[in-house]
Order: sequence, then structure tokens, then C-alpha cells
Amino acid sequence: MSDHQLRVSKIPRGTVIDHIRAGQALNVLAILGIDGRSGETVSVGMNIPSDQMGQKDIVKVEGRELSQDEVDVLSLIAPEATINIIREYEVVEKQYLERPERVVGVLSCPNHNCITNANEPVETKFDVLDDGVRCEYCETIVREDLAAHIAVE
Amino acid sequence: MRHDHLITAKQLSRENVEAVLDRAAEIDADPAAFADRHDDAVLGLCFFEPSTRTKMSFETAIKRLGGDIVDMGSVESSSVKKGESLADTARVIEGYADALVLRHPSQGAAKMVSEFVDVPLLNAGDGAGHHPTQTLLDLYTIRENAGLDDLTIGIMGDLKYGRTVHSLAHALTNFDADQHFISPESLKLPRSVRYDLHESGAMVREHTELDEILPALDVLYVTRIQRERFPDENEYQQVAGEYGIDLETLEAAKDDLTVMHPLPRVDEIAPEVDDTDYATYFEQAHNGVPVRMALLDQMLAEREEDR
Ligand SMILES: [Zn+2]
Repeated sequence: MSDHQLRVSKIPRGTVIDHIRAGQALNVLAILGIDGRSGETVSVGMNIPSDQMGQKDIVKVEGRELSQDEVDVLSLIAPEATINIIREYEVVEKQYLERPERVVGVLSCPNHNCITNANEPVETKFDVLDDGVRCEYCETIVREDLAAHIAVE
Repeated sequence: MRHDHLITAKQLSRENVEAVLDRAAEIDADPAAFADRHDDAVLGLCFFEPSTRTKMSFETAIKRLGGDIVDMGSVESSSVKKGESLADTARVIEGYADALVLRHPSQGAAKMVSEFVDVPLLNAGDGAGHHPTQTLLDLYTIRENAGLDDLTIGIMGDLKYGRTVHSLAHALTNFDADQHFISPESLKLPRSVRYDLHESGAMVREHTELDEILPALDVLYVTRIQRERFPDENEYQQVAGEYGIDLETLEAAKDDLTVMHPLPRVDEIAPEVDDTDYATYFEQAHNGVPVRMALLDQMLAEREEDR
């Protein structure tokens, strides 16, 4: 499937996340908590040839727009991605990702001794650094493989 | 968050530190003048980890200010054992006390509790995280013996898990101090602490051998290397031997070197050092009371003004 074909196979309403770094599409679905069980139509394109990126992934989710929290985490693992909000088959909004200052409740802390892993009534909070994120509670810095720390419910 | 919680040494500015140390010096000079200052104050002690020493030091401090304590007791005998969350325990105990002291094995515990309680909270150790009241008494001891500016300090031992080390290193970035860190490769400063020291522009050097730097030091701060950090006994013995000091080691040191240790020690400092002018660790331990009195005095005074 070419970039062109994907763009023209329009969805009536929902979100198209384009220009995802090749190989990250499944992590994007994990962030969105999409595993097919809630019934929305999801299309995933992987390793699609792209002039800009060589290869890229695309995720299309029908009937769903993203929350700010979701966009924030997305920007950490797929900073190049663009988000197209579709209504009535048209792109009504195109968002480029900006790194947030902090992400709340989405990542889990890799430090087993962190209070956020101790069954306490708190959400995780991470400050976003230039090259990683940092737990506001135990101060652990995570630089590699952020997607592995997404707290999927 | 209340401005008067003390969670990490990072929140201490030079002015904050100096205010506490100056007050501690006043208390040291004339303890009787402070005897009834807070005679209606109750300090809540929440120790989720055994730490008799720190606890006694807080207890003495509040009693010398005329106040009293409530103690949640050991974890085994409390509601925690029935599965109560820390957030709930703290919210119950804050109703009994004017300020809380928390020691907990999880990193970030004090920061979390500070989001739930409305009385001032003092972090008395959160896992491998922070121990800011220890830092204040360390700074007091350094100031009395060597001065806090134009200081060359060596911090040796378990730098990875040692929370007293992390807090002290952060606090020293407020002063004109060259910090040298001496440890085996496996117990070097954690990434998060190095990151903060780097951000603050502090002068930091890491060493694996004490000899390299000992002659230049004004203060040598020794910490305990714990057996449980090493998979086998032989490796532990070897490392413990390398990062311990005795009279022979100290021959290369300046005559006015100040040797400190947060105690308890095991073999890191040979008992023969105790009778020399270098040994400052018992004085350091005693400084815990005036420094904690100063801190509590400041905290409780602010609280009384709020009322
Ligand atoms: Zn954490």
C-alpha cells in the first residue's frame, strides 16, 4: 500500500496518526490503549515507503480523538508523528507534536522501590528532560525505550 | 505544596541552610533559652523502617524545645500491617500532631505524603533517596570544623545507595566546595544525582582510589558499604578493606583533616582513629540534636504564625 493510497482511503471520523517512526505503530496503539476489544475500526500500516522518512508507520482509528495526555506520551516515543483529526471525511485539524513539560499517569516508573509502585493512591508524574524523562517521586531518569514503560490498563 | 515541608536537600538554598545552622549555633551556645519555646507542640514520628538513632535524635530535639511526641510504633504493630496505605496512615497521624517526621523504605515516599498532609513534613530518609536533616547536621559539622566555602571534600563508600551522600552532594552545590567522590566502580553515584550536580554547575570529580586525592582534602566523609550490595562475601571483604581508613591511611592526609561518618560504622574507620584530632563523627552525631531543634523551631514558629 502506498502513501497515496493510504491517504485517499478516507475515514468518516476519527484520527490518523501519520509519519510514525517505522516500527513504533504497535507502541502507539499501546499508548492509546487500543487492543481491538472496544470495537473501533483500526488500520495499521507498517514500513510504508516515505519520501521524507524512508519508511514510516501509520495508524488510523475511527470514531476516536486523542486526549492531551495521549498526545503528550505520543510526542515522547514518536516525536516526528503528525496527528490528523478527521470529521466528515476531511482533515479538520493537523497537529504537530510538541514535547510536553511533564506527563502524568501514563508511564510507570522502572524503579521497583519507587513509591508509585507501592499501591499508593498516586498517579505517576514524569518531568520531560531534553533526552528522557524523570520520575518526580524517586527522581529516576529514563532515557531508553520509553515505550516499554507505558502503563497500559 | 506547603513551603515548609523538608523533602529533599535540593530545596535548600544557601540562605535556608545558613538560617538553620545559625539557629543551631545559638541553641548550642545556650540550650536553656529554647527550653519552653514550643511547649504545646506535638511531633508525629512515622518510622516505617527501624532507625532508633534518627528517631531518638528527633525525640530529644522536640523535648528540649518543651514539646512532646506521638509515635506510630513499629510497622508490625500498626495498621500498616493490615494493608493500610501510607497516604491513609499519614492523613490519620497528622490529626494528632503539629508536624510529622517520616522514614520510609520507598523512594519518593516523603514527596508523596507531602501531597496529602497539611502539617509540615520532615523527610528522615526515603529508601535510597534523600535524608535532608542528616545533611543539615553534616553541614553544621563541616562549618564548625572546616568552613563551607573554599572547601575540598572527599565523599567515600557507597555512593550509589547512600542517601546521606545524595543529600549532602546536592546541598554542597550552594557553597564553594570541590566535591570528590571515591567509590568502587559498582557503587558510583547514580545517574540522577550526577545529572543534578552537573545541572547545578558543581565541581565534581570521581575516583576509584582514595590515595589520588586524600592529601588535598579538608574533609573526608566516609560511608558504610553494605554487605548486601555484593553477591559474594569475598568481593565484599575486598571492597570493604579498600575503602576503609586507619592511622596508616591518614599519614598522607593534611594535619587538620576532618573525618566524618553518618554512623553506624562497621569496619570503615578503624577504632584507632577515634582518639585522633581527625575524628569528628561522634561530634557530628551529637550535632543532630541542636540542628533538629533549630529546624523544628523554625518550622513550628512558622506554623504558629499561620494560626
Ligand atoms: Zn519513580
